[in-house]
Amino acid sequence: MIAPPKPDLITVNVDGREIAVPKGTNVIEAARVVGVDVPFYCYHPKLSVVGNCRMCLVEIGTPAVDPVTKAPILEPTTGRQRINWNPRPQIGCGTSVTPGLHIRTNTPQIRDCREGVMEFLLINHPLDCPICDQAGECKLQEQSTGYGRGYSRFIEQKNVKPKRTQLGPRVTLDDERCILCSRCIRFCKEIANDDVLGFIDRGSYSTLTCYPGRELANNYSLNTVDICPVGALTSTDFRFKMRVWFLKQTNSLDPESSVGVNTVAWSREGVIYRITPRRHDEVNDTWMADSGRDLYKLVGRPDRLTASKVDGAAQPLEVALQTAAGILRAAAGAVAVVGSGRSSVEEQFLTARLAAALQAPAALVSRVGEGDGILLSRDRNPNVRGALVTGLIKELPAARLETLAADIDAGRIKAVVSVGEDLAAVGLAPAQLAQVTIIHLGTHASATSAAARVVIPTLLHFEKSGTFVNQQFRLQKFHRAVPGPAGATDDRTVLAALLAAAGGRPLPDDLTALWEVLATEIPALRGISFANLSDSGLLLDPTPFAALPFVEGPSLHYQPAARPPPAG
Amino acid sequence: MPAPAQRRIIFRHVDEPGYTNDLACYLRHGGYAMLRKALALAPAAIIDEVKRSGLRGRGGAGFGCGLKWTLVDRRSGKPIYLIVNADESEPGTFKDRHLIHQDPHQLIESIMITCWANGVQQAYIYIRGEFPEGARILERAIGEARAAGFVGPNIGGSNYGCEIYVHRGAGAYICGEETGLIESLEGKRPYPRIKPPFFPAVLGLYQCPTIVNNVETLCHVKHIVEIGGGEFAKIGTPNNTGTRIYCVSGHVRRPGCYEFEVGRITLGELLHEVCGGPLPGRRFKAVIPGGSSAKVLRFGDTFTLKNRDGSPRPLAVEDIPMDFDTMAACGTMGGSGGVIVMDDSVNMVEALANLNAFYAHESCGQCTPCREGSLWMKKITHRLVHGQARAEDGALLKSVADQIAGRTVCAFGEACAWPTQSFVAKFGEEFQAYPETKRSPRPEGAGALV
Repeated sequence: MIAPPKPDLITVNVDGREIAVPKGTNVIEAARVVGVDVPFYCYHPKLSVVGNCRMCLVEIGTPAVDPVTKAPILEPTTGRQRINWNPRPQIGCGTSVTPGLHIRTNTPQIRDCREGVMEFLLINHPLDCPICDQAGECKLQEQSTGYGRGYSRFIEQKNVKPKRTQLGPRVTLDDERCILCSRCIRFCKEIANDDVLGFIDRGSYSTLTCYPGRELANNYSLNTVDICPVGALTSTDFRFKMRVWFLKQTNSLDPESSVGVNTVAWSREGVIYRITPRRHDEVNDTWMADSGRDLYKLVGRPDRLTASKVDGAAQPLEVALQTAAGILRAAAGAVAVVGSGRSSVEEQFLTARLAAALQAPAALVSRVGEGDGILLSRDRNPNVRGALVTGLIKELPAARLETLAADIDAGRIKAVVSVGEDLAAVGLAPAQLAQVTIIHLGTHASATSAAARVVIPTLLHFEKSGTFVNQQFRLQKFHRAVPGPAGATDDRTVLAALLAAAGGRPLPDDLTALWEVLATEIPALRGISFANLSDSGLLLDPTPFAALPFVEGPSLHYQPAARPPPAG
Repeated sequence: MPAPAQRRIIFRHVDEPGYTNDLACYLRHGGYAMLRKALALAPAAIIDEVKRSGLRGRGGAGFGCGLKWTLVDRRSGKPIYLIVNADESEPGTFKDRHLIHQDPHQLIESIMITCWANGVQQAYIYIRGEFPEGARILERAIGEARAAGFVGPNIGGSNYGCEIYVHRGAGAYICGEETGLIESLEGKRPYPRIKPPFFPAVLGLYQCPTIVNNVETLCHVKHIVEIGGGEFAKIGTPNNTGTRIYCVSGHVRRPGCYEFEVGRITLGELLHEVCGGPLPGRRFKAVIPGGSSAKVLRFGDTFTLKNRDGSPRPLAVEDIPMDFDTMAACGTMGGSGGVIVMDDSVNMVEALANLNAFYAHESCGQCTPCREGSLWMKKITHRLVHGQARAEDGALLKSVADQIAGRTVCAFGEACAWPTQSFVAKFGEEFQAYPETKRSPRPEGAGALV
């Protein structure tokens, strides 16, 4: 790994404490380093600075120097360099640190500034927290408690604005709650590349709206809800569903593509209510695509597989596994294994060992879609690189299982183990499915589950823990947010049982124990344990796979390495 | 002692019988000779003359014009733009319109000299939308000047070329704020920019170094070239050089535009002698000396300033010289030169209600204190004049204004706070007594309630 170049450090003084921060840091971030909270609304670390909320006002001072000789001017009493304090408070977000900058964040003037801004923001705010979705995670609530006066002097009529504007298919706007911070406008312009939001009217009557004839429909629209500091922009899906303080947060990953967007799954009593992005400055900043937020709906879909089946009849898991073991024995030497780019690294490792024990060819199916250049890559499998690292595959997968189809036609394959893939969707015709005995591990009903001799329901990634390797070869963890449905079994447990049945060296299904094996047997994962892998992930060495023609184009924080032109 | 006579420099031909605003008339009066003279001078020499002249901006802030020009980033390699701020929107100010209507070529000649001095090849005149006639006059005059080779490529046969474009605003006070103006000129909402980093001299129009000068300020440039910066500096008073136009409106007998040497005339002389004093049977009550944003002065108040030797210098409102520095020392400002006079028929609560309605309507809405504060103050004064006054409203108004001034993106914060702060501070008893005043019959001659 190449160490990043050391940034130029600048020493500044925040409330009397000296700290060194990189050049270009603003006052809010500098204060954060020493644990000093400078409140703000409009500032967002990943967006341009506009300085419109005026909540982050601080006092700044610069060391005094003689205008002619440039020699420091010292205080006669203390002998320290005099500080020229600016009488006007300055915005912390728009003030970059300079050498020796002095910052005061908690003076009577600053407290008065904050009380003033809080009062101004609340006079035309509906104060409808009891019915507001943002309650509990509202900056206005938090900072009103922290920095407000606690009472109102406003006895006039409040402004009236539109209460439920559908800005687009997924976002509902309450203009009365809007504090006009313009974060959403800047997000659409700067990150989503879809300049669609703006203000109309003037002064306190300013109103957020879409441009005429347009709507907020881009695949990143829900990020505006995430970054809205108040309850103005709400998710139409999540609106009025659940109080946020009842929700448990579980760190997860977006399995939509190989970008590996870090997410949080918000659940209560085994039900997921929403998915939001989790900040990762090298992967997804603070953003995620709308499409990834809908995936929790897969959990409760009526076509979930919830009972192990043998020949279409529900059977206990043990019976299904015994039947599967029998099939594998009977077809020894004529078994194929189809793994998945959606399986975790651990599952792919077990799948690889299963294939080896069966001396079966292993295949993976590629999913290629349009890349949007932001956080959806062309490779719509989250973990193709995991399959490479664990040795499940050596080459990049194809979109259709043509070799397997030919082998079935030629009678070389009698049984197929399908780990989470619908074989009918990836190139096997109904006749070919009928020709072989299928052992299917899956989550939802499909043509393959219908055709399979043995069906064992398994878990969605929300229901289990594991790791993916993203397009940057970053190994990242996801955690179980909710328990799986009754009747479904963790993929690892099923794969470990099949491996034992196939006569392979038994492997544990427990994550910790399995990682002890991974860490010793996979060179790229040497020294890693599941517990010690941090939630910000770990970059693996991509060089062994540098020659492979990965399909991804550039996206946020990812630039595909230039590849030598094909020989000849 | 009689008031000094007007010293008409930029108004030399304004309102002169027979003087028309076409090129032929301008040339007959020696027009564009100073452009020719300037083109023969080194640009830096012209900037030096303007610095020596001590010319201060006439738009409101009184910033040194020569200093502004020197601050322009000339090393960036980007083009430098000149923007002429003709968005004359400050209530009580009506000088730029007069200059544009009556003598547009004086402005154009000054623009071209300024452009030459600063290496500018594109200048924009941002004129307020409510001045369609002014825009038409400027377009015609620029066309004439272009045809005669004073604007466009190869000016006066030289290698230097510069184009002037007229851009009409769409009716927003905030477009007079220079960074709001720049945003508007770029085709955006006129939200003023944060400074730092967006100082126009470095990151102005299209993120290029930009000079923004007021119409009246620029008109002086031609005359500085004519007489030299040193001579110009002798006009007026030290640090308050040259002449400026005072726009007197309100309760005087002869309102209008008058050009005097800066600081050589007092407020009393201007109002009593030049403008003919109060209307019959009335007494002056209050005056806003520099456009509606300037803090109001109350007749009868006195200020104690200091002379050079440190001795006290008592000053009645009538004795305040009409300059930048003394006005500032008296707690108000020379501002845009718009002198708004109120006599004893005016109820100050109602006058403030009027001003607050203006500022609430014109706040751009970008930053919190001004956006919310200006409308709140308007709502309070509106309630006051509509019969639901409370004794504590004066103090509340002041507190709201105090929460705005000094905490906003642009100077609009001060502009909307200063009237309220000063009205309440100087006429607090009217705010205290307004519940009673309200119940009494309206004074004779008082206008309708807002």
